[in-house]
Amino acid sequence: MSGYRIDGLGRVDRSRRVNFTFDGQAYAGFAGDSLASALLAHGVTLFGRSFKYHRPRGLLGAGAEEPNALVTVERGGGVFTPNLRATAVEIHEGLVARSQNRWPSLKTDFGSINDRLGRFFPAGFYNKTFMWPRSFWEKLYEPAIRRMAGLGDAPTVADPDHYAATYAHCELLIIGAGPAGIDAALEAAGTKQRVILIDENAEMGGGALADPALAAWLERSLKALAEAPNVTLLKRTTAFGYYHDNFIGAVERLTDHLANPGPQSLRAPREQLWRIRAGEVVLATGAIERPLVFAGNDVPGVMLASAARTFLFRDGVAVGRNVAVMAAHDSGWKDACAMARAGMGVAAIIDCRSEVDPALVQEAESLGIDCLIHWSVVGVNGRHGVKSVQVLHHDDFLDRRLPCDALLMAGGWTPSVHLWSHSLGSLAWSDDWGAYLPDKPNEKVRCVGACAGKWSFGSGMNVGHLETNRNPAAIKAFVDFQNDVTAKDISLAVREGMKSVEHIKRYTTNGMATDQGKTSNLNALQLASAAMGKPVPEIGLTTFRPPYTPQTFGALAGHAQGPLFQPTRKSPIDSWAEAQGAVYEPVAQWRRARYFPKPGEDMHKAVARECLAVRERVGIFDASTLGKIEVIGPDAAEFLNRMYTNPWKALEPGRCRYGLLLGEDGFIRDDGVSARMAPDRFHLTTTTGGAARVLNMMEDYLQTEWPDLDVWLTSTTEQWAVIALQGPKAREVIAPLVQGIDLSPEAFPHMAVREGTICGVPTRLFRVSFTGELGFEINVPAGFGRHVWEQVFAAGQAHGITPYGTETMHVLRAEKGFIIVGQDTDGTVTPHDAGLDWAVGKKKPDFVGKRSLARPDIVADGRKQLVGLLTDNPAEVLEEGAQIVADPNQPVPMKMIGHVTSSYASATLGRSIAMALVADGRARVGQKLHIPMPGRVITATVTDTLFYDREGSRLDG
Amino acid sequence: MVRFSGLSLFAKALGNHQSWPELWPDAQPKPAYDAVIVGAGGHGLGAAYYLAKKYGITKVAVIEKGWLGGGNTGRNTTIVRSNYLYDESAHLYDHAVKLWDGLSQDLNFNVMYSKRGVMMLAHNVHDIQSFQRHIHANRLNGVDNEWLTPEQAKEYCPPLDISPEARYPVLGAALQRRGGTARHDSVAWGYARAASALGVDIIQNCMVTGIRRGADGAVEGVETTRGYIATKKVGVSAAGNTSVVMRMAGLDFPLESYPLQALVSEPVKPVFPCVVMSNTVHAYISQSDKGELVIGAGTDQYVSYSQRGALHIVEHTLAAICEIFPMFRRMRMLRNWGGIVDVTPDRSPILGKTPVPGLYVNCGWGTGGFKATPGAGDLLAYTIAKDEPHPINAPFNLDRFRGGRLIDEAAAAAVAH
Amino acid sequence: MILIHCPYCDEQRPGLEFAYAGEAHIARPADPSALSDEEWERFLFIRANPRGRHHERWRHIHGCARFFNAVRDTVSDKFELTYKAGEPRK
Repeated sequence: MSGYRIDGLGRVDRSRRVNFTFDGQAYAGFAGDSLASALLAHGVTLFGRSFKYHRPRGLLGAGAEEPNALVTVERGGGVFTPNLRATAVEIHEGLVARSQNRWPSLKTDFGSINDRLGRFFPAGFYNKTFMWPRSFWEKLYEPAIRRMAGLGDAPTVADPDHYAATYAHCELLIIGAGPAGIDAALEAAGTKQRVILIDENAEMGGGALADPALAAWLERSLKALAEAPNVTLLKRTTAFGYYHDNFIGAVERLTDHLANPGPQSLRAPREQLWRIRAGEVVLATGAIERPLVFAGNDVPGVMLASAARTFLFRDGVAVGRNVAVMAAHDSGWKDACAMARAGMGVAAIIDCRSEVDPALVQEAESLGIDCLIHWSVVGVNGRHGVKSVQVLHHDDFLDRRLPCDALLMAGGWTPSVHLWSHSLGSLAWSDDWGAYLPDKPNEKVRCVGACAGKWSFGSGMNVGHLETNRNPAAIKAFVDFQNDVTAKDISLAVREGMKSVEHIKRYTTNGMATDQGKTSNLNALQLASAAMGKPVPEIGLTTFRPPYTPQTFGALAGHAQGPLFQPTRKSPIDSWAEAQGAVYEPVAQWRRARYFPKPGEDMHKAVARECLAVRERVGIFDASTLGKIEVIGPDAAEFLNRMYTNPWKALEPGRCRYGLLLGEDGFIRDDGVSARMAPDRFHLTTTTGGAARVLNMMEDYLQTEWPDLDVWLTSTTEQWAVIALQGPKAREVIAPLVQGIDLSPEAFPHMAVREGTICGVPTRLFRVSFTGELGFEINVPAGFGRHVWEQVFAAGQAHGITPYGTETMHVLRAEKGFIIVGQDTDGTVTPHDAGLDWAVGKKKPDFVGKRSLARPDIVADGRKQLVGLLTDNPAEVLEEGAQIVADPNQPVPMKMIGHVTSSYASATLGRSIAMALVADGRARVGQKLHIPMPGRVITATVTDTLFYDREGSRLDG
Repeated sequence: MVRFSGLSLFAKALGNHQSWPELWPDAQPKPAYDAVIVGAGGHGLGAAYYLAKKYGITKVAVIEKGWLGGGNTGRNTTIVRSNYLYDESAHLYDHAVKLWDGLSQDLNFNVMYSKRGVMMLAHNVHDIQSFQRHIHANRLNGVDNEWLTPEQAKEYCPPLDISPEARYPVLGAALQRRGGTARHDSVAWGYARAASALGVDIIQNCMVTGIRRGADGAVEGVETTRGYIATKKVGVSAAGNTSVVMRMAGLDFPLESYPLQALVSEPVKPVFPCVVMSNTVHAYISQSDKGELVIGAGTDQYVSYSQRGALHIVEHTLAAICEIFPMFRRMRMLRNWGGIVDVTPDRSPILGKTPVPGLYVNCGWGTGGFKATPGAGDLLAYTIAKDEPHPINAPFNLDRFRGGRLIDEAAAAAVAH
Repeated sequence: MILIHCPYCDEQRPGLEFAYAGEAHIARPADPSALSDEEWERFLFIRANPRGRHHERWRHIHGCARFFNAVRDTVSDKFELTYKAGEPRK
């Protein structure tokens, strides 16, 4: 296809041509190519621009370590993914990729002015300037810095793809399917162990993919594994994090490599999150080659020797026709010779060491390669590609020009201990490797192969900066390629007092780019070590953090998106309300009908109508979301007596009681009306949002403080549908429907409960009122909820029955001064504060929270108390949350004495009403207080909280 | 101290930056100091700086078991705001915000404080009530905070999804325009450099192993891994390790330490102009100057010093972020890390004296200590210098847990119904 | 995600099934009214919060729903043992 594709080499499928574009230019590659190899085959060397200096950059690596060649891949319809490594993008027919962080084009990027001015932007430059004039930081400097920073563009349209998540369990999890990982899997194949082998690449084999000698072994081994029933193979899957107790997070990429992932409705998930719990983990994550540090080491065409080898043998692409190798390690020689034998032109091997294994030299010379031992590269000629390199003899310190079209770096190897470190395994410095190796495990995990340091790449020299005859302070020799951290940035950081490796990292940003320092951390350490004159192990190592490579937000969110983000809880009657056009509000995880607007009505009008209907006739309300707990057992009354503030033991079966629950700190946690169904059985209700909390709290006391009590607690929230029927006509509405219950006021008084049937369905019928009107709460098994609701609604037609929602419920209860926990209380309110002393058993020796009520600050004067507020202007509805002052003319900051907790326009009263928590509020009844709003002050009079039917005459209808 | 400016940067650049001095000298412990601060985070370094600058106490050591700024200072999501409900909290945090403004100039070190605005989203009626309560209280306390309609919120933060069909629709937002972000490491470095220049010794890799007390019970000095240091005043500002240090003085504290996680995305071009927080959906997010989306996750439920959280916390956080910002689903998480936060029973800090004479404490900032950095440093310095709390931090005493006068912001936002 | 052994189910299960319930062995006083403010404060708020061995309570909320006790190292997060509620401190 082009001069860089070598016939007979590589694993790409030459029978399948794949067309794609890069920056609008059409190219073709073969199935199996990465974007990197396909472009390399066309002689493309320029892939991207660096983060800070906008320097032209090509490929450094061939895999996950790639820092430079970041591209944006389009997926149609404005959908794209930024910052993908070209080495990890599989080409497919029609792939559209573009370069990033450049303007107007990759070749001509105006941002590269930063490179010219680079000496004014050393590490930490932003801390030293941009401070004057002060206002310029936000208006000028920061926006300019932000525009220059960033890599690709952020996606702007909602992601149309979806993502999946799953759990897996296995006895043996092997991460990395190179030779060592495959060996480990083969050992366990055919045993009773469940084995999972995962690998981040499209094809398993790791280093073996770039070694033709292992091709037959690889094919045989993968076939054996595929046939082993106990082995699961997951390719295109990146194990990104190692969490507690052998819990590993991995993401499998499912559709990005497909030309046509299918119509959106049928499309497979784009990625899948695997949460794997493994008995034992084997890390076979290999090692990554290190670049060398010298001027020009970032010119496109300068890359890792191992990458060139991979491109040649895995993809059949030569990175040049006449390459040079800069080695500090034997592996560079081996790679050079292997490539030369395969037909790639290798001009020279330059090695900075004074001595090199003669066998290697002999082999290289026999292949016609020039061997420059004790030499270093000191410069690279060429801007968008290598034209030649300057090489320096260490003895005479003179440099000479060496023509070549690519330069390969072999700086030694860094075992990939990322996951090992996530698991908190310790590391030990190895001089042989010039790197940290796994030492003591913290989980059931072992390392094999190169990541364990058990693979021989030969020996090498640990070198920071290569020898140079130029002023090291004046050259740019890159350490972290993506973040443009140079050797002199590292020495500047040390000069400025950064002694900890974490400081150096944060000050220079070395290792903080999207490659997370895979190729830069060790070189930075060597340089810091040299600058400080301390051995590397004394400087330490930055902590490895998940993820190993960047992972998609969507994959990590998994199924939890849209309706599955947090599934909405709906009552059994919800569908009826929906059909009636109810407007909903979210309450805890539920949605509740807020009001039922008629055509042309806003909330205000609808609520006024609903309120009057209840006060004048009858309203029907879905109270099913209330929490419900069945309390059973001989000690049930004793248990409730200890939990609630008020006495429960004397409550007769068939009667209800308002219960107030405190935390042990004395503050109100929850409330609700509960009924004694039998001597040993109670039907508790809680607030909608508090149901789970209250049950958990009660279980806690029951199980751990009072295990001697014989009581059982069962959540019945979802077992009962609750239909509240409120209003003077309520009794008339249900009378024809109820059997087995005498509904007369004498036989069935307020705050009583009866069992019988309604519409033929068993019911627990409560006579309770949260409105002040005659009221019933009809509890029926949830499955019959809608049926009974519809029957009651039909029966109520003759009486003008009106469905009402939570907003009306709030108004009606406020007219009667009933509190809503969480609105009129806020977690700092005691029963006394809320005016609920009547609900506290004075004679009880103890209940949860009682002791706290005697603390000095709880009995002190000046606490906020719940009162009513009536505005001077009856049409004025206070804002809930508005703050109250005694003196409206004081300057800011004002002394605030309270705030409005509830406030409504009351259609019943023809005026606004409000409740408020006010310091010493009950002593202020009759006083005028002030509510300063922006631009005006509202005046209101303090009252008690009972606004309507002070005699309670309406309870009996 | 070489004064930092564009001019000095230019001049040093001409010399290839060879002559920059150390930002702070690596001090060796001396036998005695007038005051010792335990913990070289932003708060502790700030306290040392203000002790030297405002109160003339320059014989001060800041001792740090690891590297300065390596605790929560360098692990947070850098949000600055002061829109707290209670007067005590609003005054405390606004004191800090006032110091943030101008801090770069004061320290001659750009801490990159950016008033980008902090927007808190309301998703239900309870949120609206709660935010309005905050807004009104803030206004009367002289703290800026304003209500935005969903449309105004979207105008301020274009990536926001305000469609009514969302699982948790945006019903409005509270915006504090003076809120924003700062560069966390720079704050620690700026204080360290400025404090050093005033004579403060910053001693890293030096762990406190004991607090020595005299016959009268008062502090006499601290034992450290690098020897004994005599001092009459010890200020402990060691978030994540306060319980451990206070126990050395025989004090049990109302604290629990939890792992808190945060994460950043890969850097992208500017897309997110402010800070957005949603308590109901449990997400908060901003974009750094570098282009990374900075996202705060929640705490794990159990006490831990491992600086290591669980994956499911991150899963939940990102689900929440993607729910509010569906276009970010294709963004990728670059780095995820954990810190240790000290949490008090009322989630407000403890800043003041202790029952041990000469021992002062600044702790319990929970998940929100970064924003208070300059204020906490200043108030701790005042308390140490005067041996009494400043009126602003007086309510944040240790005694409130006994008497019951808690400052419970979280409870104030409690949801029940 | 941590693995926790439930002493009632006698099974090791993932942390997601459990709810943390605070420090263990802080028994509610039999007669709180007899306590001084300081003693009551200690019961309510003072916590050991050790760096190392920690006695704590968990509830197998998505399993048997029982509260139980555990000893866990707060630095490594590793559990030393779990035991039933009511058993003495270990």
